[in-house]
Amino acid sequence: MSGILVYALHYEGAFNKNSLGAVSEGARLAQQLGTECHAIVIGEGVSDDLAGQLGNYGASKVYRVEGPEGLAQPVVDAMEAAIAAGGHEYALFGGGLLGFEIGAGLAARLDAGVCMEVTSVRVEEGKLVAERPILQDSQISSVHYRSGVGVIIGRLNAFEVAETGGTATVEDLPVEFKAHSLKAKMVQRGEQRGADVNIEDADVLVAGGRGLGKKEGFDALEELAGALGGAVAATRAVVDAGWYSYSAQIGQTGKTVSPKLYLAAGISGAIQHKVGMQASENIVAINKDSNAPIFEFSDLGIVGDLNKIVPKLTEAVKAKKGA
Amino acid sequence: MKICVLVKEVPDAAVEKRINPSTGRLDRGGEKNLNPFDTHAIEAAMQLKEGGALSIDEVVAVTMGPESAKRALTKAVSLGADRSVHLSDDALAGSDVNGTGYALAQVLASENPDLVLLGQQSDDGECYTIGAVVADHLQMPSLTQVIKIDVEGGALRCERQAEYGYDTVQVELPAVISVGDAINEPRYPSLKAIMGAKKKPLETKAAGDVGIEAGRVGYDNARAHCSEFAAPPAKAAGQIIEDEDTNETVEKIVAWLDERKLLA
Ligand SMILES: Cc1cc2nc3c(=O)[nH]c(=O)nc-3n(C[C@H](O)[C@H](O)[C@H](O)COP(=O)(O)OP(=O)(O)OC[C@H]3O[C@@H](n4cnc5c(N)ncnc54)[C@H](O)[C@@H]3O)c2cc1C
Repeated sequence: MSGILVYALHYEGAFNKNSLGAVSEGARLAQQLGTECHAIVIGEGVSDDLAGQLGNYGASKVYRVEGPEGLAQPVVDAMEAAIAAGGHEYALFGGGLLGFEIGAGLAARLDAGVCMEVTSVRVEEGKLVAERPILQDSQISSVHYRSGVGVIIGRLNAFEVAETGGTATVEDLPVEFKAHSLKAKMVQRGEQRGADVNIEDADVLVAGGRGLGKKEGFDALEELAGALGGAVAATRAVVDAGWYSYSAQIGQTGKTVSPKLYLAAGISGAIQHKVGMQASENIVAINKDSNAPIFEFSDLGIVGDLNKIVPKLTEAVKAKKGA
Repeated sequence: MKICVLVKEVPDAAVEKRINPSTGRLDRGGEKNLNPFDTHAIEAAMQLKEGGALSIDEVVAVTMGPESAKRALTKAVSLGADRSVHLSDDALAGSDVNGTGYALAQVLASENPDLVLLGQQSDDGECYTIGAVVADHLQMPSLTQVIKIDVEGGALRCERQAEYGYDTVQVELPAVISVGDAINEPRYPSLKAIMGAKKKPLETKAAGDVGIEAGRVGYDNARAHCSEFAAPPAKAAGQIIEDEDTNETVEKIVAWLDERKLLA
């Protein structure tokens, strides 16, 4: 057995960055192991051109499976078939919801070890060892696999995208889906809710979390963002609660940003949020809990009640800028 | 119809979590609580039962864990479950995701539920994976991180946030659904429910009772082994201001921003 199989997620004719990073990482590791990196794509009528693009990120072969895209279980069936055909030793996923769901399902199917939130993979004695930060990133543990196949689920964008200029052969893989895999049906995919705001180009982002207490809490943040000349962003918790629009969501299932200033108000600093904003140049956090994880990676942390601080800060910024 | 809700006892969020260096496992001492995400799963089950679109005969809380995990079941029952099942066996200690999901699937199979609900993640580290593992073993369709469930005919119409926006997925029953905390606002148990919880049936099962193969569970059979804990590369600690006098705090923030030319 040898080889690494990477799942690549796509939508409307393009792969997501996270998947391209995973393919790049798979290719890098395969080279070190002296084996090959293969990729697998699933969808309805995936073109040669689209599937073949993965060669440019280091895949030597791409399995193309005709089936529903965007749901996990058909991909588990497809990957089981690909591994049976190719004898891969590892299955690698970028982060994101489907990576978790497919990776976990595949581990169950193959009675395999699985490690998630992986930030780095190393080769040790001809085997892959996954590194996973735990306890709010305060420790890094090494995970060794003791199963025929090892399942590695990366943290979002943990793996760098690297173009190799290589090419891949595209092989159609017929898959007979399990009955239960077809009992979940996509009704609508990728729906955008709420007005579009452009947070990716803003130099200054003022982000709000559940600590705002209610939808109206965002009014004060909009004022502050206005004074600072920036835009408002949000955590998933408040987007899920309907307090702010999805287009402003930062993090694993939202946008990745790197403004000059990221001011977080009432945000705990969960990993899935952190991955979307940790590249910001200056991180300021206001949180009333001195133990909030966000203070571990902010440059300036203010322990206090945002309801008291934000309005006064807005006034002070206006005064300073007016001066 | 029967709904099984998977619940778990986890260290209280206020307790600092640490690794026991001698075993390499999470130190699970200290205050314990019902995993917050699971309270949303129980609430979802109650709303389905009370909603009436499905005819739910009973809601059963299920956990795997040591003796102390019974408290999570009692809490689940006080929130509305009709009875509970405790899978407890020394052979299960130290199981990884693969072993835990398999063991839970075995105990669930013995209940033969029409719907399995669970929280999308536990506070102490299992990362949104158990639902998908359990579903594969039970051969049921599955969806994780669901934030809305509507009953449509005999099926569930579920919404969640995914890579490209919101997805709406129709799932046929029986199914396994893991829910996020935005799905509902869990109720508080009434005093009467709290008092009555200890009297509702609680069944304890050992691994052998539900046909769990010993070679697939426990620390020694974990397919993924954690070891070698290391500190991550240190990042210079940021500056911290405790807000005592807000005018002063705000002055300091403005000065800090100004120094870095962020107020231009
Ligand atoms: C697969 C997956 C993907 C995810 N993707 C994302 C993602 O893309 N983006 C994302 O953000 N999250 C994501 N999450 C969710 C993430 O795990 C957290 O639940 C979320 O980031 C928490 O949001 P929050 O900080 O707003 O809320 P909380 O964690 O509830 O934090 C609220 C904070 O506000 C503070 N606070 C309360 N009141 C005040 C006050 N008056 N003044 C000051 N501070 C106060 C509290 O101390 C607390 O720290 C994802 C989760 C999963 C499982």
